[in-house]
Amino acid sequence: MAEQNLVEMRNIDKSFSGNHVLQKVDFSVKPGEVHALMGENGAGKSTLIKVLTGIHPRDGGTITMTGNKEVDFSHPKEAEKHGIVVIHQELNIIPHLTVTENMFLGKELSIGKTGILRKREMQKQTLESLKRLGVENIPPNATAGSLSVGKQQMIDIARAISTNAEMIIMDEPTAALTDREITSLFKVIESLRKQGVSIVYISHRMEEIFQICDRITVLRDGRSVGTEQIRDTSFESVVKMMVGRELGERFPERSNVIGDTLLEVKDLARDEWFEGINFQVKEGEILGVAGLMGAGRTEIVETIFGAARKTKGQVVLKGRPIDVTHPRDAIRAGIGFITEDRKDEGLVLNLSIRENVALPNLKAVSNKGWVSNTREKDLVDDLIKKLHVRTTGREQEVKSLSGGNQQKVVIAKWLGIQPRLLILDEPTRGVDVGAKKEIYHIINQLTEQGVAIIMVSSELPEILGVSDRIMVIHEGRMAKIFDRGEADQEKIMHAATGGE
Amino acid sequence: MKKKIVNNLSQLGPLIGLIIIVIILGFTSDSFFTLNNILNLLRQISINALIAFGMTFVILTGGIDLSVGSILAFGSALTAGMLSSGMDPMLAVFIGLLAGLLMGAVNGLIITKGKVAPFIATLATMTIFRGATLVYTEGRPITGLSDSFSFEMIGKGYVFGIPFPVILMLIAFAVLFFVLRNTIFGRQVYSVGGNEEASILSGIRADRVKIWVYSITGMLSVLAGIILTSRLNSAQPTAGTMYELDAIAAVVLGGTSLTGGRGWLTGTLIGALIIGVLDNGLNLLNVSSFYQQIVKGSVILLAVLLDRRSK
Repeated sequence: MAEQNLVEMRNIDKSFSGNHVLQKVDFSVKPGEVHALMGENGAGKSTLIKVLTGIHPRDGGTITMTGNKEVDFSHPKEAEKHGIVVIHQELNIIPHLTVTENMFLGKELSIGKTGILRKREMQKQTLESLKRLGVENIPPNATAGSLSVGKQQMIDIARAISTNAEMIIMDEPTAALTDREITSLFKVIESLRKQGVSIVYISHRMEEIFQICDRITVLRDGRSVGTEQIRDTSFESVVKMMVGRELGERFPERSNVIGDTLLEVKDLARDEWFEGINFQVKEGEILGVAGLMGAGRTEIVETIFGAARKTKGQVVLKGRPIDVTHPRDAIRAGIGFITEDRKDEGLVLNLSIRENVALPNLKAVSNKGWVSNTREKDLVDDLIKKLHVRTTGREQEVKSLSGGNQQKVVIAKWLGIQPRLLILDEPTRGVDVGAKKEIYHIINQLTEQGVAIIMVSSELPEILGVSDRIMVIHEGRMAKIFDRGEADQEKIMHAATGGE
Repeated sequence: MKKKIVNNLSQLGPLIGLIIIVIILGFTSDSFFTLNNILNLLRQISINALIAFGMTFVILTGGIDLSVGSILAFGSALTAGMLSSGMDPMLAVFIGLLAGLLMGAVNGLIITKGKVAPFIATLATMTIFRGATLVYTEGRPITGLSDSFSFEMIGKGYVFGIPFPVILMLIAFAVLFFVLRNTIFGRQVYSVGGNEEASILSGIRADRVKIWVYSITGMLSVLAGIILTSRLNSAQPTAGTMYELDAIAAVVLGGTSLTGGRGWLTGTLIGALIIGVLDNGLNLLNVSSFYQQIVKGSVILLAVLLDRRSK
């Protein structure tokens, strides 16, 4: 009656040192469907995938593939032989090799066993795979590193289908893509589905799930909450499945009072990145900054913070022009900056929560260069409590925290300096819904205390739900500034893509 | 909690290694555990330890300093030259140390402002400083230093029966230990090595931190050189050749990560002790110096391999 499943996982159990991360989890994928796997950070999504592909041995349960054939992979290579491939968030691309060399990495074609490469044949097959994806505009002999992230991802996908993959697992595939690249990724997913390839789609972006997925399975605290047809469910009920309770409004009520002008940016420019940037932010106000990826949003806020040198223009704080040539100057002026890439720019991963939070606050917790342990501990403990960082204690390495909690540590760092202006660049990227809401809540509290906020975000609902005013950037120039209530997704996209 | 214990255990590794080597030597050599030998051994390691302390700072920031031996030689020659021309010994020592600080700062400036990889930058200055030493000394040892009591004290003296170089080493250790653990600068050394970008964005002037660690290392290298000069009562233009290797080995044996951001000064002290004890013990056992090198290299390799496995 029912279509046979391509992969069926039943009653999967897995624990790490007594800690149950998966308990009696069921998960099945039909041929040719796009199946979303959702859950908050730490719900067990990645562990489930790792159990499936043989990275972790399971403690209990069965995995069967087409024809009730029980399988038990002990290495991702084995899973690959059975047609299951994972496209990781960190792409598996060697940047200085060509597209073809990347495609055939580890399985190069050679003449007999001589080791002499059959370059032309590999080139031809690469082109075929790219054609099958409809991305034949990627030249097979281009250096992979010179291509955009989106195209690099296509190489990864092309490599997967060249091994005759029947099921491709994509882990947060759109996290680093531009809107245009996302559209072409979705086209590729669509054509793969038509060719009978199953896709397991892991993402925090609800809109995408509802756009391209057929079914959805939600995990919570290592258990399966359920599997639904996408068309039978709604945004709210998925969120409820994920967090186990009603979250209420997606964006909390605002009750900020907007005060005097705090920051004025006048005719700011930096090399070829952007020019003619003019705007103001008031105390207690949230200015959202929208625009396509690469439009120059991050570059603008980086420059205000002193992480890059401006070539022209002026930054005025409370009526006083400030000369910021190093982040240190900005921090002294009371500006904090939550970067878009918390692992590379926000945190020192192998240090503890305490050491990370203390970084921009070292002066405040020391006396003539000597760090006071008690003052440091007090500050850190206070912030951990205030932000509800879920941790075993201030000495925990930040590396071992979940994405949402890492982000809270980054926020804690900057709350320590008691900022007057806080710049947030993609503050909720890779953060689950529960933590997202907490972050919005923190932003709100800050504005109530009169802190001005500049928030760069690629998620339009977030920009619309949080900001008082919205500045749209298009190719390094200001396209438009909207007041709250005046803007909608379409108007912003229109301005962001250069429409009049 | 569990993790903390494991962490401490892995930190104990170098110490356990040292104890094992000491026990073996104690059983195989009658003269190892004599007071005289122990004091002699400590005096021998003080030179490498001082350089290795500086090297620990450099490596914690993710760098390396190959020029320490050449800085040692130039600083020693300069100090010896001033002494032989009759300058006040303490002033000569002070100027020598200052020269070390400046040579280190040059390394730091090339690395940060010139954006040259530390390995290459200090490989070049290693050659330049050695050449400068040869030019300054005209390739000959500088002898006939002052017979000042205070200068001889540095390398040959004793305080309460403890050789003066050992006391200098312990003072340097204590100071640097607290600097690394309890000061803003120490915290910045770890964070710059752990993630330079994030540190800069937290308001830390990473360039300045790096220039300082190379400067400190330069100064400590010259301090080691002055001890050497005082002991030999002459400065050799070839002094300190290959010292960078023993210093790096001590840091690595002590468990400090070459990628930066992770490590501790106590480990370096233990590492320097391991190397010193091996040298001393193998001498006592009359092992040919050819074989000594093989043993030393193997111990370093073994230590690093064990460290890898425990991670």
